[in-house]
Amino acid sequence: MESQNRIWTTFRKKPMALVGMGMLAVALIMALFAPLLAPYDPNERVDVVPSDILAPPGEGHLLGRDDAGKDVLSSLIYGARVSLIVGFVSSFFSMFIGTTVGLTAGYYGGRVSNALMRFTDFLMVIPDLPLMLVIISVWGRGLWKIILVISILYWTYTARLVRSQVLSIKERQFVLRARALGASNYRIIVRHILPQVMPLIIAQAVLDISSSIIAESTLSFLGLGDPTLISWGMMLNFAFERAISRKAWWFLLPPGIAIVWVSLAIILIGNALEEIVNPRLKTHHLFNPRNMISLMLAKPLLVESESPPEVTP
Amino acid sequence: MQRSDYLIRKLFFAVATLLAVIVFNFFLFRILPGDPVKLIVHSPRMTTESQERIRVNFGLDKPVWFNEEGYQEAGLKGAFDTQFTAYIRNLLKGDLGISFSTRKDVTELLKERVWRTVVLVVLGEFLAIFLGIALGMIAAWRRGTSLDTGILLYGLFTWAMPTFFFGIILLMISGGRFPIGGMVTPGLKPEDGLAYWKDVGWHLILPTLTLTILYLSEYMLIMRSSVVEVLSEDFILTAKAKGMNAFQIFRDHALKNAMLPMVTIIALTLGYTVGGAIQVETVFSWPGIGRLMFDAVQKRDYPVLQGTFLLLAVSVIIANLVADLLYATLDPRVKPD
Repeated sequence: MESQNRIWTTFRKKPMALVGMGMLAVALIMALFAPLLAPYDPNERVDVVPSDILAPPGEGHLLGRDDAGKDVLSSLIYGARVSLIVGFVSSFFSMFIGTTVGLTAGYYGGRVSNALMRFTDFLMVIPDLPLMLVIISVWGRGLWKIILVISILYWTYTARLVRSQVLSIKERQFVLRARALGASNYRIIVRHILPQVMPLIIAQAVLDISSSIIAESTLSFLGLGDPTLISWGMMLNFAFERAISRKAWWFLLPPGIAIVWVSLAIILIGNALEEIVNPRLKTHHLFNPRNMISLMLAKPLLVESESPPEVTP
Repeated sequence: MQRSDYLIRKLFFAVATLLAVIVFNFFLFRILPGDPVKLIVHSPRMTTESQERIRVNFGLDKPVWFNEEGYQEAGLKGAFDTQFTAYIRNLLKGDLGISFSTRKDVTELLKERVWRTVVLVVLGEFLAIFLGIALGMIAAWRRGTSLDTGILLYGLFTWAMPTFFFGIILLMISGGRFPIGGMVTPGLKPEDGLAYWKDVGWHLILPTLTLTILYLSEYMLIMRSSVVEVLSEDFILTAKAKGMNAFQIFRDHALKNAMLPMVTIIALTLGYTVGGAIQVETVFSWPGIGRLMFDAVQKRDYPVLQGTFLLLAVSVIIANLVADLLYATLDPRVKPD
């Protein structure tokens, strides 16, 4: 499609987007080839002597050893899997829920819309982290439970964004024409409205990946991660309890830096995408009056949404 | 829109949300697997009679939601003789149950700790809003310069940074210059007067800094984009043509118009800040509501968990309502009666 090509061409010209892609690629390679890259198998039982515990970086262990005498680098590499799986899968689910709710509410309007949007508001008001803590504590720990809890809480921004876009798109000529020609509601939504909103949905979904990754690591840090898997948040949980008093920076810093690395990569990509698909006003009059003209000539690609599509991570 | 319509709608939504949270809180903890009495009583040597007595004491012998027997015996009044109504009754009396792990009254625990969290969150938020507005204006003013880019990068960076990890970093780099945890040095008592409060303030520095440094960026970015947007409006050009200088334009137009989105965003991020308080209190062992919740999660202390969740959710709902009311007085589109 032409518009996709345009987005891609603009995207490639943004240095921040490219840096983000590069950073994400490193993490993806770590996750995909973990068994090949990791010097040790983190699930393997190791016999340790007391001096191995929290041993500083040295020969054979580039990032030293953890509180159980295991290789920190290997756990770090395997940990990329949990973060990326949780990030991508949760964001996909919340994109799906949010898009469905937003399309339905925006297109049909009336009572359906009201009920759906009040429910969205309700979820937005409840503080996320306490709610997740309570649900996981009661429901039990597990990778899929974390993914589901994040997905059912993080779709609200997408829903609002999609709804406000649909409200303006459904009044446009091409939609009215399709309806006059007898197209079904389903067809109008899927063939005419969805493609228009899709770029914004994708940009929002990309940003959601980073929020999901941070949410997972926070839950794991607070002791609610999947006990059968190594994740960066869980490494930090162990490190904070046992390594901080011994100043074992090689166990404390790498997992945290890894979380920041991946979420920063995704934010850089998402931000670049958002800038391309949702051009807000790029100038102001005070210092550059010449732009007055370009401003008046420039037609925004999409009508401004009623709520600013800023993302709260 | 009339102001009274707007207020009634917002008030109605807040009340409905509160009720929904209360119902949710009740049912979530009822779907726990196993016998709730077994969760309270850890000793297997307890007799069946004693267990039964606890069951009656806690109202657990009654049906959860609808009492069919009671309905047949005493009509509607009997139908609602259930665990749910007992829960609501206790809630109205301010009774949130007893902690599984410490046997203390949950309401008392919350009362003892709530101010510590309030101080932390209010101080952190206040500084964040103040600095965020200032930095956001500077960035908007110097739009496109390297200063602006730097400020934007800082914003992106704070989005990527988990709050707890930033706390850990501050803890490590402060290298013992600040107290690493707790609220006060052991041994000091409130009776010690100034020395006590100075010590508490000293303990507050790192947790507050963590919240401020991370959470100011949201305000900063909103402030920046709304000032930039306002500055591109036609009335700014008019003001300029009238001969107003940059400072006057900034003060009279840009700032005033940027306040609306600020109020919205403060309300929207409050829930997020509460989550941040849980993490910060955990990292710095600040003995507030967040730390209480963390401890309750570790010990599966369900009454405390339920109580802290209710308190945090209710506070955020009320704060949102306040923000909505404030919005009504700031937004000229909401007409006074």
